[in-house]
Amino acid sequence: MSQPQPIDVPETVEQVPEQGQKPQDVRGKSQGQLVRQRFFGNTGAVVSVVVLLFIVVLSVTSIGIGPIPGWWKWSPDATGTVMNSGRPTLSLLPPSLGEHPFGQDNLGRDLFAMCMQGTQYSLIVMIVVGLIAGIVGTVVGGLAGYFRGWTEAVLMRLTDVIIIIPLVILAALLGRLAISWVRSHGLPTFATVLALGVLIGLASWPPLARLVRGEFLTLREREFVDAARLAGASSGRIIFKHILPNTVGVITVNITLLMSSAILLETSLSYLGLGIQAPDWSLGRLINENQTAFATRPWLFWWPGVFIVAIALSINFIGDGLRDAFDPRQRKFNPKRAREAGSGTDTLRTPLADAAQPGAAGQATR
Amino acid sequence: MTSYILRRLITAVLILLGASFIVYLMTAASGDPLWDLYGNPNAQQLIPARVEALNLDTPPVLRYFTWLGGAAGCLVPFADTCSLGVSRDGQQVTELLGFAMTQTIMLVTVGTILAIVVGITLGIVSALRQYSGLDYGITFFTFLCFSLPSFWLAVLLKEVVAIQFNDFLQKPVLSMATIVVMSLVAGVIWFLVSFGQMKTRLLMGALGFVVTFGIIYFVLATDWLNHPFLGIPLIALTGILVAVIATILMAGLRNRRALYAALGTVVVGLAVYFLVQDMLSNGGFLTILVFTVVMTAAGAAIGYLAGGYDRGQGARVAGVTGFFVALLIILDRFMQSWPEYVNSSHIHGRPIATANSGTPGFTGDFWATGLDRFTHLLLPTICLTLLALASYSRYSRASMLEIMGQDYVRTARAKGLSERTVVMRHAFRNALIPLATLVAYDIGGLIGGAIITESVFAFTGMGQLFVQAVRNVDPNPVMGVFLVTGIVAMVFNLIADLVYSVLDPRVRVKA
Repeated sequence: MSQPQPIDVPETVEQVPEQGQKPQDVRGKSQGQLVRQRFFGNTGAVVSVVVLLFIVVLSVTSIGIGPIPGWWKWSPDATGTVMNSGRPTLSLLPPSLGEHPFGQDNLGRDLFAMCMQGTQYSLIVMIVVGLIAGIVGTVVGGLAGYFRGWTEAVLMRLTDVIIIIPLVILAALLGRLAISWVRSHGLPTFATVLALGVLIGLASWPPLARLVRGEFLTLREREFVDAARLAGASSGRIIFKHILPNTVGVITVNITLLMSSAILLETSLSYLGLGIQAPDWSLGRLINENQTAFATRPWLFWWPGVFIVAIALSINFIGDGLRDAFDPRQRKFNPKRAREAGSGTDTLRTPLADAAQPGAAGQATR
Repeated sequence: MTSYILRRLITAVLILLGASFIVYLMTAASGDPLWDLYGNPNAQQLIPARVEALNLDTPPVLRYFTWLGGAAGCLVPFADTCSLGVSRDGQQVTELLGFAMTQTIMLVTVGTILAIVVGITLGIVSALRQYSGLDYGITFFTFLCFSLPSFWLAVLLKEVVAIQFNDFLQKPVLSMATIVVMSLVAGVIWFLVSFGQMKTRLLMGALGFVVTFGIIYFVLATDWLNHPFLGIPLIALTGILVAVIATILMAGLRNRRALYAALGTVVVGLAVYFLVQDMLSNGGFLTILVFTVVMTAAGAAIGYLAGGYDRGQGARVAGVTGFFVALLIILDRFMQSWPEYVNSSHIHGRPIATANSGTPGFTGDFWATGLDRFTHLLLPTICLTLLALASYSRYSRASMLEIMGQDYVRTARAKGLSERTVVMRHAFRNALIPLATLVAYDIGGLIGGAIITESVFAFTGMGQLFVQAVRNVDPNPVMGVFLVTGIVAMVFNLIADLVYSVLDPRVRVKA
């Protein structure tokens, strides 16, 4: 949890990177700086950020977004002649993309373009879900936790009612709803993508609301909230200035994890035919269309799956990195860094810092 | 306590009512229930017939209360008034659900138990060897499982594992080079995940190479895949392994009496091997159950009589060994039916099934139908297990790490207890407490999550029923599926809270 903490002693040990610098000169760092420093010290999380950014940029620039054209020559629904039975032309030695880097399907459509569109739409759904579920969950949980009383009773019973419906069932029904709504209103098919994001978002906020409520319940009893109230702060000010900043860690981490499950949910729905509809491509729909061709054209099955796994995996690693960064209790214990830091900071040693040394107790690594 | 349970039950019923109302209205609003009839040449007759059958003229809110009235009949015992409505094709939902439910619950139960066992083992091991190669390997593996889309994994298992394995079974031959490469890979993995000094790790790697090579060579040389067997030698070998592992984990090798009792149980198992063959061949499920219980009890008795300074410990070790020996003998009996099953006219030598929950038209004795069940459950179970074990392993790792840093673990070490006692008695048991609630909360979600896996494998469970009903805008089957998952989730949530207060005396329920 990320409350304003007294000085975290092992943390101070880490803050002495340079030799010869007096420990007394260590300047205090803000919460944000600490979090950023810890996050960027996590190799897995940084690699994941790079991978995710690469995928986002690739999917947006290659086929373009909305009316803006991209640099890729084929469009996702343009059929053409099937070359070399649609085999992928991507090669690493020598590096070249070729005509159809990911191959073609039996109608000669370019799989790279289709994958990019699917990735783009899956990412859009994911982001919309994160936004909607994040906002609704935080508002509901925050109101319930702060105001207690009948507000809490009503909001939490609502949460209980929604949480008891398994997410897959709820999302499948909402997906079907989105499809028929878009069809009956004669909207462009792209509207299904947005509607799907909004509706899945409206289905997946309850776990976040419960967590936020719990955080608010403990924080509102803390002394600094009492102090603010005594000083005459309004409820709005207490919530936004004093409590909410302390829950940012929990909210961010959980929105990240929620987004990784959202992309799996969206692709699953599209696979079942209850999500993104033709002529738009989703990574799930691509797999559904092409699974029968697995024996003859396996690349049609592999590429979309690799993209789903890459996106979900990098988001999970980012979420894990954020959790470690926001929650110093679960911080990774880096024996090498501690040893290096330990040699120069003998004056700083306290019993607590000693306990964090590898020799003192191998498992004092919480 | 009673008043607490009662209050929880009443809230649960109210929540279920609210949720079922939402689900009903959403299903009714999710599309046009007549969409498939518009192009039909007989639309003139079919449309009014369906409107009549499904009562489509009444608004959905009123239809919900009609449904609720029928469902309320299920609460009256023995009155036979239970009705969950009819599906679009005129079948009673209670009948549809009755079959689908047993299939799904069997699948989810097997998958969950496997996921719990494997997941917790992985989590505990990686916590005990934090920041080793093994820990990083397991962490990456669990994150990968988290990120796998279930339908993709399912298609992969179906197309790659099942079909290629079936092809391989037709001609189970590997070149020597392939065997060596496979063994080398296994050896490298053993090297990477082992820990300690470089010498130990190299030795482990070499051992991994030799063991893998030996197993592959043995399996191919004896055509084991087509004629699997355990027989006396393999049961003895595995049994001794089980006895030693059980002793190490539960009593420590220094407790010689426990070890001898466990080994004695293996000998007893081998002694009755021929005696029970006839009984097993003619028996069914009940025979298996009785045999397992008798073997476990026999083991426990041997352990108790062997005595030593801790009779209870010896009894537990030998009892567990007896249980596993019984399982081995039953497994051996199943294997004896394998060639007959694979070569039967319904299977055509391609045993690993990729669809359905049973071979249509296949009949046979208890053992053959059991195998048929097994081959159909295999792939969906692997899929569900892989997806579910990730969270268990992460949670058990975190919980174990937290416990290993507690003061009482340090105290236990300071008292001079062996590492085994510290880990198994003081840490492991306490690490399981938060997991008990997690598992219970997960069950409802797992049944829901099985929907996707089931529909890929065309497993005739609730998943298929549900997906079909959603496509058809058919509220009654959807409600049936929701009711089952909702009730299961509710019951397990209640169990979770009660179990927590039993396991952790610091938690008291508000009576």
